[in-house]
Amino acid sequence: MLATEKAGARPGQHATALLAEADRLMTVCNSCRYCEGLCAVFPAMEMRRAFPDGDLNYLANLCHSCGACYVDCQFSPPHEFDVNVPRVLAQVRADSYAAYAWPRALAPMFARNGLAISIVAALSVAAFILGFAAWHDPRVLFGTHVGPGAFYRLMPHNAMVWLFGLAFLYAIVALAMSLRAFWRDIGDPMRLPPGAWWQAMRDATSLRYLDGGGIGCYNHDERPNDRRKFYHHLTFYGFALCFASTCVATLYHYLLAREAPYPWWDLPVVLGTLGGIGLIFGPLGLFIAKLRRDRVMQDETRWGMDTAFLVMLFLTSLTGLLLLVLRATAAMPLLLALHLGVVFALFITMPYGKFVHGLYRFAALVRYAKEHGAFTAKG
Amino acid sequence: MADLTRKYDVLIAGGGNAALCAAIAARRAGSSVLVVEMATKFYRGGNTRHTRNIRCAHDAATDTLSGPYPEEEFFSDLLAVTQGQTDEALARHMIHESKDVLDWLPQQGVRFQPSLGGTLSLGRTNSFFLGGGRAMLNMLYLTAETLGVEIEYDAEVVDLDIDSGMFLSAAVQRVGARHAVRAATFVAACGGFESNIEWLKQYWGAAADNFLIRGTPNNRGTVLKLLLDRGVQETGDPTQCHAVAIDARAPKYDGGIITRHDSVIFGIVVNRDAQRFYDEGEDIWPKRYAIWGRLVAAQPDQIAYIIFDSSVVTMFMPTLYPPIAAGSIRELAGELTLDPDALEATVSGFNAAVRPGTFDDTILDDCRTEGLTPPKTHWARRIETAPYYAYPVRPGITFTYLATRVNKESRMLMRDGKPSANMFAAGEIMAGNVLGRGYAAGIGMTIGSVFGRIAGREAAKNARN
Repeated sequence: MLATEKAGARPGQHATALLAEADRLMTVCNSCRYCEGLCAVFPAMEMRRAFPDGDLNYLANLCHSCGACYVDCQFSPPHEFDVNVPRVLAQVRADSYAAYAWPRALAPMFARNGLAISIVAALSVAAFILGFAAWHDPRVLFGTHVGPGAFYRLMPHNAMVWLFGLAFLYAIVALAMSLRAFWRDIGDPMRLPPGAWWQAMRDATSLRYLDGGGIGCYNHDERPNDRRKFYHHLTFYGFALCFASTCVATLYHYLLAREAPYPWWDLPVVLGTLGGIGLIFGPLGLFIAKLRRDRVMQDETRWGMDTAFLVMLFLTSLTGLLLLVLRATAAMPLLLALHLGVVFALFITMPYGKFVHGLYRFAALVRYAKEHGAFTAKG
Repeated sequence: MADLTRKYDVLIAGGGNAALCAAIAARRAGSSVLVVEMATKFYRGGNTRHTRNIRCAHDAATDTLSGPYPEEEFFSDLLAVTQGQTDEALARHMIHESKDVLDWLPQQGVRFQPSLGGTLSLGRTNSFFLGGGRAMLNMLYLTAETLGVEIEYDAEVVDLDIDSGMFLSAAVQRVGARHAVRAATFVAACGGFESNIEWLKQYWGAAADNFLIRGTPNNRGTVLKLLLDRGVQETGDPTQCHAVAIDARAPKYDGGIITRHDSVIFGIVVNRDAQRFYDEGEDIWPKRYAIWGRLVAAQPDQIAYIIFDSSVVTMFMPTLYPPIAAGSIRELAGELTLDPDALEATVSGFNAAVRPGTFDDTILDDCRTEGLTPPKTHWARRIETAPYYAYPVRPGITFTYLATRVNKESRMLMRDGKPSANMFAAGEIMAGNVLGRGYAAGIGMTIGSVFGRIAGREAAKNARN
C-alpha cells in the first residue's frame, strides 16, 4: 500500500519509458484539471480515463508548448510529483516523428537530425555546383547571364522540373504515409464532419493554443508574451507566400509561356520577396526565442532537429533573396546552385525533420475538433 | 535583496493570497511595503498554490458565473455550514466586500474561467481561477512587483516586538542571519498552524500523527502563537479545521487537491475494524466532502477504506492513486489487512439492507437502506460486481481555524477588547472569526482576498497618520 513509485504511476504497457512518464503525468493532471482552460490538451485528456500510446502521441502533438501549464502547476519540479508537461510532451512528440516515419528504414534520420540534415544539405549544394560545372564548361559558373531563360542556361527547365517534381512528389508521398500511420494510431478511423476540418484550420492558422490561455507564452521569465506566436506566423506565412510564388511562376511558365527570371514588380517576385522576408525574420526570431526560453520546459536533446529546420528555412530564403538581388551579376550561377541545392535538400528532408510537426499538429487539431465537438454536443 | 534596515510603512508576514492582496492594496494606497515569505520562490504562497476558486457574492451572472449569488444567500450558506458559529457582523461585512473583490482581482491580473468538467457544482457561486491557484498567485506577484512591493523569500518571522498592542519590529530570519525589521504597521497573513503536528497533538493527542497535511509544510503557526502570547485576543475552536478524507498513500505534506476522493457516495466506508461508521449518502457530495476528514480522524488509527465495486468505478473523477483491486471481498480484505470475516459480514449486511430504487447521483435519489445502522440514505446499491475496489483514506488537514480576533478593519483586537494600534490580520490566521466550524468551497479564498485587501488599505491609512 505504500507509494513506492512516483505518484500517478500505473502498471501498464508502453513502448518507451517516456510514454510511461507521459501516462503518469496525464494521470496526475486528470485528477487535478486546474489547467483545463489553458489549451486543448487538458480538455482532450479529460475525455479519457486511461492513456494508451496512441492517445499519448495525440496529446503530445496537440501540445503547442506555450508553457502556461508548467508555470501554473503547483506540482512542477522541485515538487516531488515532478510534473513537467511541456517538456515530457515535447520529448514524446519528437519520438513520435520517428515512430511514424515512412519508410521505417529512414526513422534513424531523426536521431542526430541536425547533423543528418546538414549533410544532406551540403551534399545537395555540392551536387548542383558540380552538376552545373559538369554539364557545361565550368566557366559557366562565373559568367553573367541575364534576360528570360537565364536560369535555364545553367540547368535546362525540363531537368529542373523533373528533379524538383520528383523530390517534391517523394516528400508528399513520404509525408502522407507518415501522417496515415499517425492518424491510425491516434485511433480515429471514423469519418470526419466538415466542421472539424474548418475548426482545425482556424485553430492552426491562428495558432490558437500558442497563447497560454489568452495572455501569451511563457518563455524566459514570468511575463508571458506573444513573440513566439508572431515569429511563427512570419515563418508559416512566409513559407506559404514562397510556395504561392512558385505556383504562380509555374502557371506563368506553362500557361503564359513566360520564363523566369521575372521583373521585380511581377507577382512571383513580389510573393517570393515578401515570403522570403518572413522566412528570414521568422526563423531568426524563433531561434532567438529558443535560446532565451527556460531550458526546463524544452526537450534539449532535440535542439539539433529544431535548429536544423530553422536554419534550412533561413538559408532557403537568404539564398533566394541574394539570387534576386545579384541575379544580373557573375555571382548568379553559384547562387543559383546554392539556392537550388538548399531547396532540394529542404524538400527531400521534409518527411524526416521538424517540418512534420505542422502536419501532426494539424491532424491532432482535427481529431480534437471532432471529439470535442461530439463531447460538447453530448453535453 | 530587499533592504531590511530601513523602516517600512507596512510589513507583511506571509506570501499567499491574503498577504499579496494586502501588499497590493497598501502599495496602491501609497505605502512602502515589504512582504516576508518563509518559503522559497517556487513554494511561495502557502495554501493558495493549491486553491482553485473563490466564493464572492454578485447580483448578476457574468462571463464566468452562471447566475446571481446575492449577499443574503451567501450568508445563509455560511450560517448553514458553520451551524451559526460565525461573527455575524464581520461575516456580513466580508460578504458585502466580496462583491467588489470580484472586480478587483481581475484588475490585479487574476483571470477567471467558467467552471468546466469535473468540478463541483459551483458554476453559479464560485469564480474559478484560469490555471488554478498558482496561476492566480503568479499574477498577484507580478502585479505587486510591478507596483514596487519588496518581496523577500526564504525569510521567516521568528519573533515580534510588541508593546501593549503596538507593533515595533519583527525578527526576520533570512539566510542564517536575524534582522530586526521595523515598520509603521504589521499585517499577519501567514496562515494557521496545521503543519505543526506537535501543536495539533495538544488537542488531538497521538491521532495527529496520522494526519496528512494537504498544503504547505510552512504553516507552523509561529506568528499566530507569538501574537496570542503577546496579548492578542484568541477566537475560534483550536480543534476546528478544514479537513477532508484524502488518499492514505499521499505524501505527509503538500499533496494538494489531487489526493482527494469523490467516491464515498458510490460505496461504503469502513474503519480498521471493517465497520461502517457514517451515512455515506447523507447529502450531495459537494455539501458533504468537508466532513469526512473529521469523521476519519475519529476512527481508530485514523484510517478508513472506501469500498465499491466495478459497476461504479468510472462514475467519479479519475484518481491519482489507483484503487486497490481484488476478485472477492475476502481477497480485498486481505489486501487491506482487514479482518476478512468482518468485511464480508459488513458488505453482506449492507447488501441485504439495500432497498430497490432508481439510481441518480445528481439528485437525492431513492436508493437507500432499511434497518441498517448507520443507514445509507441515498445512492445505496448492492456491492456485488467483481472486481471489488478500495481506496484507503486518512484525514487530510487543509487549514486550522484558531484565530486572532479582528474587527471590520481587519485590525487585531487585544485581550482587553481594545483594537491594536497598528496590527492587522488576514487569511487563515483569522479565518476562525467567520468560520467557527464547517466549510463551504472557496470561502478560504474569500477570507484571504477580502480581509487581505481591507488589511492593506487600513494599514496604509494607519501608516500615513
